[in-house]
Amino acid sequence: MSTELDSPRTLTAARGRAAQRGLTTRQAVSDRAFRVALLGATLLFVALIAGLFVELVHGSWESIVTFGAGFLWSSEWNPVTNHFGALPFIYGTVVSSAIAIVIAGVVGISAAVFLAEFAPAVVARPVSFFIELLAAVPSVVFGLWGLFVLAPILSQTVEPFLQRYLGFLPLFSGPIYGVGLFTAGLLLALMIVPTVAAIARDLIQAVPNELREASIALGATRWETATRVVLPSARAGIVGACVLALGRALGETIAATMVIGNRPAISASLFAPGYTLSSVIANEFTEATSSIYLSALLELGLILFVVSVVVNGGARVLMWSMLRSLGRRP
Amino acid sequence: MIQRAIDGRVTSAATAVKVRVSHLDVYYGSNHAVRDASLDIEENQVTALIGPSGCGKSTFIRAINRLHDLTPSARVSGKVELDDVDIYSRGVDPIVMRRRVGMVFQRPNPFPMSIYDNVAYGPRVNGERDASRIAGLVEDSLRHAALWDEVKDRLSESGVALSGGQQQRLCIARVLSLRPEVILMDEPASALDPIATVKIEELIAELRERYTVVIVTHSMAQAGRVSDRTAFFLNGSIVEAGPTNQIFTRPKDRRTEDYITGRFG
Repeated sequence: MSTELDSPRTLTAARGRAAQRGLTTRQAVSDRAFRVALLGATLLFVALIAGLFVELVHGSWESIVTFGAGFLWSSEWNPVTNHFGALPFIYGTVVSSAIAIVIAGVVGISAAVFLAEFAPAVVARPVSFFIELLAAVPSVVFGLWGLFVLAPILSQTVEPFLQRYLGFLPLFSGPIYGVGLFTAGLLLALMIVPTVAAIARDLIQAVPNELREASIALGATRWETATRVVLPSARAGIVGACVLALGRALGETIAATMVIGNRPAISASLFAPGYTLSSVIANEFTEATSSIYLSALLELGLILFVVSVVVNGGARVLMWSMLRSLGRRP
Repeated sequence: MIQRAIDGRVTSAATAVKVRVSHLDVYYGSNHAVRDASLDIEENQVTALIGPSGCGKSTFIRAINRLHDLTPSARVSGKVELDDVDIYSRGVDPIVMRRRVGMVFQRPNPFPMSIYDNVAYGPRVNGERDASRIAGLVEDSLRHAALWDEVKDRLSESGVALSGGQQQRLCIARVLSLRPEVILMDEPASALDPIATVKIEELIAELRERYTVVIVTHSMAQAGRVSDRTAFFLNGSIVEAGPTNQIFTRPKDRRTEDYITGRFG
């Protein structure tokens, strides 16, 4: 078809029309091929997610049938008697991630506001760089540091201090081990704070400057402008950033495994050891000798998968809605 | 249109100077945006700043309430006296000063909050805590901005959901809520359709009874319709300033005449 286009004979009217036809056909063919290729690549991701889900359901089917919905709220985990329940792991995952997101949210958003609204460029640029570097540290390194540095510090100073003044609360009572839910939560907070800070900073910077100027021109201070106008404008997106970070905390395996204590128990105290969904899968996968044991572990994976997908999806929707609502301004 | 300005507005000789700008220079980094500009802005008059794009008129107006403080690369020298006090002198708190000098921007920029909260924002950040006084200020300001009748039944709806012209009047109401003495307007109608523009211009005509208004406009017709006095900017300098009818009919400077008659710009 292309030779026809290149030929001088296309100068005649009839040939010209033919060439035109050839041109449109050629474009349509290449367009269609391109579109199919892209669609295929996109569908591959959807298929991966769907396939993962199907495979997890398939693998955990024996456990689902045997324990039913009771799996979710049974706290027995006994490979000897083959009785399995997910509650201690769900509890450990939720509590350690909740501690992490509360701490990382407060610290990360504060840092983001400072970097985006107050810090001069000479400070903001290197600090932002180091925050993003923190996100690149492998989690096993965080785990080592948590076990050998953070846990001793917490057990010798921070946790006794909290216990002395807040020990009347069940949360801060009981024996101190060093490893436990609190240590895991704090370590997870350190690991996800770069996510919160970096995304929140970008979203705060996306708030139109005209809003800041309007506020300043009305006699507001920069602090009032940041807290009353800029942060509320970016609120949906910042919540999204926190949820995204929460998703990371929920799924984090190795660092949590190294400092949480790995005991499938539910205790009121944050200082007590716990266990997370991902930790138990990583620790016990090789020991799962009976098929029901393996199936129960896979069902834990299924729970984690569903929670992570829902949390991450929700986060994306929140951030997307914020950017869209800002973009719609005339 | 110029004729109307001549018939309608006779500048009284006994007006007081509200803002006196003397030898103002503004730099953005190495860009010298305003050069040795001096202008007397008279009380209860509408002063229009005209000139081609990039001639420094917006930069000039932003210097009158120290908005350049927000731009790290901007540098200002010279004097801007509000009632004989230089707003750049050491004893002046820009936060307090800006309460007296309001600003309406080129693009309507309501806060992403309710209509009510948009107008209540100024009084609130300036320490007003009394809810009934705030409610009174909100209603007065919206009435004065000719928006009350359109929004009184939906004050809790988002200000961003209004039409462009309504948003701009909301921004004017937001400025009026502080009862400023001077209102600066940076091309307030340039993003609006002709009908919304007419409403804003009518509003400006009413505002001059209580406020001193400075308006930047790229439309000479608009300057002719709304202003009592006009200053012509070119390349960062004020070429000529005076009563609007005189600038439009008997400009003293050749460059002003060229611009007015459309020979360039």
